[in-house]
Amino acid sequence: MSLFDDLTPLHLAIAGIWGILVLASILVFALKRLQPQRDHSELVSRTVSWWGMIALFTAAFLLSRTLSIVLFALVSFLAFKEYLSMIPTRRADRRVLFWAYLSIPVQYYWVADGWYGMFAVFIPVYMFLFLPFSMLLSQQTEGFLKAIGTLNWGLMLCVFSLSHAAFLLVLPVAGNTDPQAGAGLLLYLVFLTQFNDVAQYTWGRLFGRRPIVPVVSPKKTWEGFLGGLLTTTVVAVLAAPLVTPFDWQQAAAAGLMIAAAGFIGDVTVSAVKRDLGVKDTGSLIPGHGGIMDRIDSLTFTAPLFFHFVRYFHA
Amino acid sequence: MTRVLQILFFLAARVVVLFVLGLNVRRREWLPEHGPAVVVANHNSHLDTLVLMCLMPLSKLHLLRPVAAADYFLANRAMAWFSLNILRIIPIVRKPGERKDGTPGADPLAECHAALAKGEILILFPEGSRGEPEKMTALKKGIAHLAEKNPDAPVVPVFTHGLGKALPKGSFLLVPFFCDIFVGEPIRWPGDRTAFMETLTARFAALSAEKTFASWE
Repeated sequence: MSLFDDLTPLHLAIAGIWGILVLASILVFALKRLQPQRDHSELVSRTVSWWGMIALFTAAFLLSRTLSIVLFALVSFLAFKEYLSMIPTRRADRRVLFWAYLSIPVQYYWVADGWYGMFAVFIPVYMFLFLPFSMLLSQQTEGFLKAIGTLNWGLMLCVFSLSHAAFLLVLPVAGNTDPQAGAGLLLYLVFLTQFNDVAQYTWGRLFGRRPIVPVVSPKKTWEGFLGGLLTTTVVAVLAAPLVTPFDWQQAAAAGLMIAAAGFIGDVTVSAVKRDLGVKDTGSLIPGHGGIMDRIDSLTFTAPLFFHFVRYFHA
Repeated sequence: MTRVLQILFFLAARVVVLFVLGLNVRRREWLPEHGPAVVVANHNSHLDTLVLMCLMPLSKLHLLRPVAAADYFLANRAMAWFSLNILRIIPIVRKPGERKDGTPGADPLAECHAALAKGEILILFPEGSRGEPEKMTALKKGIAHLAEKNPDAPVVPVFTHGLGKALPKGSFLLVPFFCDIFVGEPIRWPGDRTAFMETLTARFAALSAEKTFASWE
């Protein structure tokens, strides 16, 4: 008997992520040593924040499924709070915003309960119909459409979309009785989404020439996007046998989808920030900005990846 | 015993302030580490006092003395006990006719001077009342008298935004919003009251212009 008998592929995958983190940290340290004249403070604080975020997720993953769901609910809460703090709101809608906040624990309760039918309609049907009703009670019609439109959009993005990531934990996968199957898929999604962010950023920094949507996001280039797309797809195929039921074609499709959707999520939130005239969505994560800056791509990849898995394997 | 209750209360307050609200603090290092000092802030919400008290470490809690209106904070026995023992306010009688000592020449800020002499940190809101949330009104001149009598105590301006959105006057429903706290450069006594008020007003104007805030009508 040894300690390693209990190790599952999921543990190996988590160990692999820590390995990448250690390697990246050594690289950043070396860069600081080799180019002491350049300012690396943002890169350093980014890396430090990665340690914190990965530690938090590892702890939740290893401790319990419920704790992981609670962690995602907290991320939704922080993201939604950041969104509501940065957009224009009306004083008359305070109560409506309060109801919208309350939908977060309810939505994640459906996740923990594994009640797919309710999970899939609660926000896009029930909250969608209830919130405008609640809003009209104040009888303030000026700015009504803008207020209800922005509120629903934020709730869809920060809560509904993101809760799909958490639902992977309870999604029954056909022919797989392993209790950690869902955790593996969630890890795969979150890792590839974040990896793709870093890959697109790195390729863009190294070879970026031709911007894609310069008005929205001048630093997003074709070189960065395609480099990230390729790297993420390769990693998706390599990592798939460890934590997913995908064959290599499905893994490649998942990788392409995550890379493309991640990019679109990123530039979508950039467009919102441009509109509002802010640089970052907040200042919660040193080096990254706000929590929305970190999970913008995940809000787009999570529902798409979820339905990809559900279509092929559930 | 009240000291233990006070620490427990502020531990709970910290959870609400840091998690339910969430603060974005700029230049926290300019907050006073010891007294005598005066922290002045704009006033939008009952949360203001709590948040300012939560910005400083628990080990400094015994030094913090919010200056608050007696007619409001001592309105009934329960409120008065809480204000005096947990918040540890220095009550100020706003209308001169209602002052206990009654003598026309008595200084309404006497307790504030005594607290500063003991090395405590005062927290006060020179706008006087919370008023319309997220709108600053003219500063009252009492702060200049306080600064003149205590030239050794630096006056630290703090601009807050968002607390009036989270809990405006007249509401009991706390709605979470991230709040901005901008600490300004401490002001040393410039030698006369007019110059002091001008400097203070200018500091607040600069702090409030540091960021474009989302509209809230």
